[in-house]
Amino acid sequence: MKISYTPKEIMTIMAAREIKNGDIVFSGTGISMLAAMAAKKINAPDSVIFFETGAMDSLLEEIPFAVADPRIMYWAAANSSLTDAFATMQNRITGDRVIAILGAAQIDPYGNLNTTCIGDYYSPDVRFSGSGGGCDVASFVPRCIAFMQHEKRKFVKKLDYLTSPGQLTGNGSREAAGLRPGGVSVVVTNLGMMRFDAHTGKMYLDRYYPGTTPDMILEHTGFAMDVSRAVQAAPPTDTELKILRENCDPQRLILGPVA
Amino acid sequence: MNNQLDKTMPLREAIRRYVKNGAHISIGGFTLNRNPMAAVYEIIRQKITDLHLYAHSNGTGLDELIGAGCIAKLEIAYGGNGKAAPTCIRFARAIQNNEILFEDYSNYMMSLRFMAGAMGVPFLPTLSGMGSDMLTTWGFSESMRLSDPKIVNKKLAVVDNPFGNWGGAKKVVAVPAINPDVTIIHVQQADIMGTCRIKGLTFADVEQAKASRHVIVTCENLVEKAVLRENPDMNQIPFIHVSAVCHVPFGGYPTAVYGHYDYDAQYLKQFAAAARDENAFTAYQDRFIFGVDNHEQFLKQVGKDRLEAVAADPRTGYSVNMKRD
Repeated sequence: MKISYTPKEIMTIMAAREIKNGDIVFSGTGISMLAAMAAKKINAPDSVIFFETGAMDSLLEEIPFAVADPRIMYWAAANSSLTDAFATMQNRITGDRVIAILGAAQIDPYGNLNTTCIGDYYSPDVRFSGSGGGCDVASFVPRCIAFMQHEKRKFVKKLDYLTSPGQLTGNGSREAAGLRPGGVSVVVTNLGMMRFDAHTGKMYLDRYYPGTTPDMILEHTGFAMDVSRAVQAAPPTDTELKILRENCDPQRLILGPVA
Repeated sequence: MNNQLDKTMPLREAIRRYVKNGAHISIGGFTLNRNPMAAVYEIIRQKITDLHLYAHSNGTGLDELIGAGCIAKLEIAYGGNGKAAPTCIRFARAIQNNEILFEDYSNYMMSLRFMAGAMGVPFLPTLSGMGSDMLTTWGFSESMRLSDPKIVNKKLAVVDNPFGNWGGAKKVVAVPAINPDVTIIHVQQADIMGTCRIKGLTFADVEQAKASRHVIVTCENLVEKAVLRENPDMNQIPFIHVSAVCHVPFGGYPTAVYGHYDYDAQYLKQFAAAARDENAFTAYQDRFIFGVDNHEQFLKQVGKDRLEAVAADPRTGYSVNMKRD
């Protein structure tokens, strides 16, 4: 079968499909913002995009490149503050409607994320930006999408630093630590989609994209993963691709070069 | 913090008076938006060192201060500067080379820490971070904490909910208050007494200002008191918190100031390239910071064409169709 879309395009569409009408979407920048925009234009017209900096339901006439980009401040329902934005997620009345889109340098079998460092914390080989609001949103909201490049060095047995909690060590340890149910619920990569077992909290392969196989995905994963439940993902439709390309990122600022 | 009528003074004087070597400071804004850049460059020009910086998400100002060697200790949630530097370059380098002491928190934790300081309570609770390494891995050792009365004895503490399971939580994370010696913010409008009006997102500027012993305000427009008093519900910081007011047009450049100008993607890119190379970085600092006496001269060095390119469109508040990559 001929693949007529790029990895970034299928990742964006797969994540957009996770967003339901009425969801409040906690968005970062780059591909996560594009997924939020695509959902709004394709399958969830009444979803609301919001940013940890405090902007709610921004118009986004231009694609912002940072969560403090002035482009998010224009025509928002309200421009508030950090304490207000995180309270919206911690508060159960609004927090349970939030779906977050996150990225990370490393993910482990329980959906815990590292955005802090590679190597020793005190003297790291590579230092990253840090938690930002990642730890907060992963602590507070019931559903999070993690965007990852599917590589062995990123899908690791043990994180170098646990920045944002997922299921911790599984089997209810998240709740035992004092967190509410939540954290990363789906991982969207360039090869497929992973979810987490309701009982063990462990990652399993849910969907592989056309052109990939479960074996290929295991080869790119740094830990053993259940693939017995995996089926092939329905590829992006012509309509989804048309809206993504023409209405969401016509300049391909985030999508990058055409396949 | 005083009620003296006219608090205006040159920025150089405000920095000299309130930002001493070893001071605990915070700066306003978020990554590439509304950083008090004129003040940051003045701190660097005055070669102030050994600063303890508190930040939630900081970018442009943070990386200039670290790059110039002004910061000894850092408590932070995020060091990134948008597309130009998803991780701040001098920040990462300083940590990788063991040049600064640092402590990691989340954005909400840092915002609540400022809020606790503003409220005068020792800590505030949150449900963020349980099970994360932020609780268990401390950048500042216990002995270092105990030896410095300006630093709290513990990074964070998990405590039982004193109200049982009320609110659906058995435990909470207590985050300790911050009361900086001085906070510096850049706002769109202020009057000579220091009352401030911020347009667009306030980030945590209000909490940071209210938690601080002293506040230096730099502003785009120094306006008549009546302009702010006519619509007091649009003002966020009343004058009682403020020690100094400095009128510095383009005082947030190269970061964005909503309704006035955008961030300068080209400048940030040039900074990121220079920050990766020691010789280039020294040349950058000599040209834009040490080679000029003040922000007005810095802006001349930057050039009129850059300032025109970032000028905000009055409808949207940013520079429409600006080249950003």
